[in-house]
Amino acid sequence: MAMAELIRRFGPGLGGVILILVALWIVGMVLAPNLMMLNFSLKPNLFPSEIGGPKDQYTLLNYTALFSDPVHRAIFLKTVWGSALVTAITLAVTYPLAFWMAKVASVRGARAMLIALIIPFWINEVLRTLAWYILLAFNGPLNIFLQTLGIIDQPVRWFGDTGVLAGMVYAYILFMLFPIYNSISTLETAQIDAARDLGASTLRIHRRIVIPHAKAGIATGCVFTFMLAAGSYVAPALLGSPGSRWFTEIIYNWFFEGGNWNRGAAYALILLVLCMAVVLAALRLFRVNLADVAK
Amino acid sequence: MSHSVDLIDVEMVFGTVHAVRKLSAHIEAGEFFSILGPSGCGKTTLLRLIAGFNEPTSGKVLIGGKDMAGIPADRRPTAMIFQSLALFPLMPVWENIAFGLEARGVPKAGRRKKAEELLDLIALPGYGNRMVHELSGGQRQRVAIARALAVEPQVLLLDEPLSALDLKLRQHMRAELRALQKRTGVTFVYITHDQSEALAMSDRVAVMEAGVLQQIATPQELYANPATPFVARFIGETNEIAGKVTGVENGLASIDTAQGSFTARAGAGVTAGAAATLFVRPETMSCSRIAMPNSLPAKAVSLEYEGALAMLRAETDQGQVLLATLPNRQLADAPQPGERIWLSFAADEALVMGAGDGHG
Repeated sequence: MAMAELIRRFGPGLGGVILILVALWIVGMVLAPNLMMLNFSLKPNLFPSEIGGPKDQYTLLNYTALFSDPVHRAIFLKTVWGSALVTAITLAVTYPLAFWMAKVASVRGARAMLIALIIPFWINEVLRTLAWYILLAFNGPLNIFLQTLGIIDQPVRWFGDTGVLAGMVYAYILFMLFPIYNSISTLETAQIDAARDLGASTLRIHRRIVIPHAKAGIATGCVFTFMLAAGSYVAPALLGSPGSRWFTEIIYNWFFEGGNWNRGAAYALILLVLCMAVVLAALRLFRVNLADVAK
Repeated sequence: MSHSVDLIDVEMVFGTVHAVRKLSAHIEAGEFFSILGPSGCGKTTLLRLIAGFNEPTSGKVLIGGKDMAGIPADRRPTAMIFQSLALFPLMPVWENIAFGLEARGVPKAGRRKKAEELLDLIALPGYGNRMVHELSGGQRQRVAIARALAVEPQVLLLDEPLSALDLKLRQHMRAELRALQKRTGVTFVYITHDQSEALAMSDRVAVMEAGVLQQIATPQELYANPATPFVARFIGETNEIAGKVTGVENGLASIDTAQGSFTARAGAGVTAGAAATLFVRPETMSCSRIAMPNSLPAKAVSLEYEGALAMLRAETDQGQVLLATLPNRQLADAPQPGERIWLSFAADEALVMGAGDGHG
C-alpha cells in the first residue's frame, strides 16, 4: 500500500531510489549491527588463533553467565529497579509541572517556565551531569547550604544511589515533560471546570478526567525515561559510587576493559530485550497502542 | 416566592477590564431567567460568578438567601451547562450523568439507578452504555442537562448551550428546555446573545451591555417598554428619529424633529427642552397616501416580501431611511417604489427616550 503510494507519487525512478535507501538504512544500520552482536553474543571469547577452530561453537554461556554471576545479576536487577524508580520520580515531579503549565499558568508564565527548563539542555549532557557532580560534592554547595541551615550536622556523601537518581531525574525531565504537557494541553479546560462544578475534588478530577485523557502522553514519557535511564552511562559513571554500579558500566567494561566483546554483546542484548519488554508492558498497562505513542 | 439568586452590587474587574459594573438583580425560585447581551457584555462573567468559578471584586452573591463568599464552585448548590457542554468523552453516558453523584460518594448501584431515571426524563432510555461521540448534537445537549440535574441543584446555569446546534434543532431544544424547566421546577439562569431565544423561553430577561445592567423585565415588557435606547435597539427592529422635547404632559411627550413634530409616550427622565430620540417599531408604522396625525412624508424605496409580511423601506425628504412592515392583506395596495407616501404611528405605540442615557 504505502509502497504503491510512494511509487505513484514520486515515479518509479525516484520512488525506487527512496526505497533502496530506506532498505540500505534498515539493513546496514539496524539489522546488520544487531545480527553481528547476536552472533558475537552466541560465541565464546577466544584468542584470535582459536577462531574457526574446534572451540569456536555457538553457546548460550554468555547469557547464562549474567544469571550465574551474583554480582552481575544484582547489578542488572538494580538497574531495572533503579530505572523504574527514576521513571516514577520523574513522573511524580513532572506531572504537576506539566498540569500547571498546560492549565493553570498564564501563557507568559508557561513560556517562561519552558525556557527556564530548556536552556540548560543546550549544554551537553556530560557537562550538565558534571554540574551535579560539583553541586553534590562532599565539600560542595549543597552540603554547605544544608549545614548552614542546620538541617545536617555532617556533610552527606551524596554520590551513590542518591546522586545517580538525582542526576537522572534531572537529565530526563524534558523527555517526560513534553509528552505529558502536550497531551494535557489538548484537554478542554471546560471539562475540568465541569467536573469541579459537579463537586469533584482535585484528586478525583485528576484521576477521572486529566490522567485518562493524558495517558498516551504519560505512557510515552515513561517509556522514554525508562529506556534512557536503563541505557544511561554518564550519570552513574560521574555521580555513582562503587556501590551503585549501573548495568551499562558492566557492558562498557566487557567491551573496553575486559576485552570480552562476546560477553558484552550478550549483556547489551539482554538490556535491549528488557527495554522492549518494558515498552510493551507499559503499552499494555496504559491500554494505548504504539501508534498513539509514536504521535 | 422566595429569591433563588440575589446579586447585590456585584462588580468584577479583571486587570483594567471592568467586566461587570455595580449590578443588582433578584432571581426568583423556579424562574426561567435569561441574561441577554452582545458578546463581551459581561454575561458569561456574571454566570461564572454565580457558579463560583470566580469571586466578585466587590458585592455579594446570595443563593437561597445564603452568602456565597468564599464558597467554591464544587460546594455551591448550582450546576452549570457549558457552551461546549464539556461532556467527558472517555466515560459512557451513564457515568457522565452520574459523575456528580460519584463525587458525592454515592455507591455504584445508586448512581446507575439515578442515571437511568434521568435518561428516562430526557427521553433517552437505554442510552446509558453509549459513548458520548456516538450521540447526536441534540442528544448530547440532553445528556449535559441530565448530568447537571443529577446533583439536584437549586439553580441551573446555562451558558449558551444551544449555540452549536443548527437552527431547526435549536428551536426544538428551546421548547424542550422550557418544558424541562417547568417539570423540574429548578431555577434556570440562561445566558444568550440571541434575543429570540431569550424572548421565547424566559419568564424574565435581563439585558446587559458593557458590564452594565440595562433592564430586567418580562419579554413583552422589554419589547413594548424598553428602558434604555440600547434595549430598544437590541430587541427587535426600530426606527429612530432624533429631536428635541418641547413638552411633556400626561405621560406623552411632544418632540420636534427634522421630519416634523410628533407625540409619543415619554420614557423615564424625559424633560422639556432636552435632546431626545423617538423610537418607532416598524410594525407600528402605518403607510397611507394622505397625511394623518403623527405622520411624516416619505418616498417609498423598496418592498421586501418576507412571507407573512413585507418590509417597506422609505426615505424621508431629509434622506433618513425608515422601515415599516405591511401585513400581507395590504400588499395589493402597496406603494410602488418612488411613490410619495405618509408614514404614521399611534402616540401610545412609540416612545421618546433621552438621547444621553444608556448609550454604551
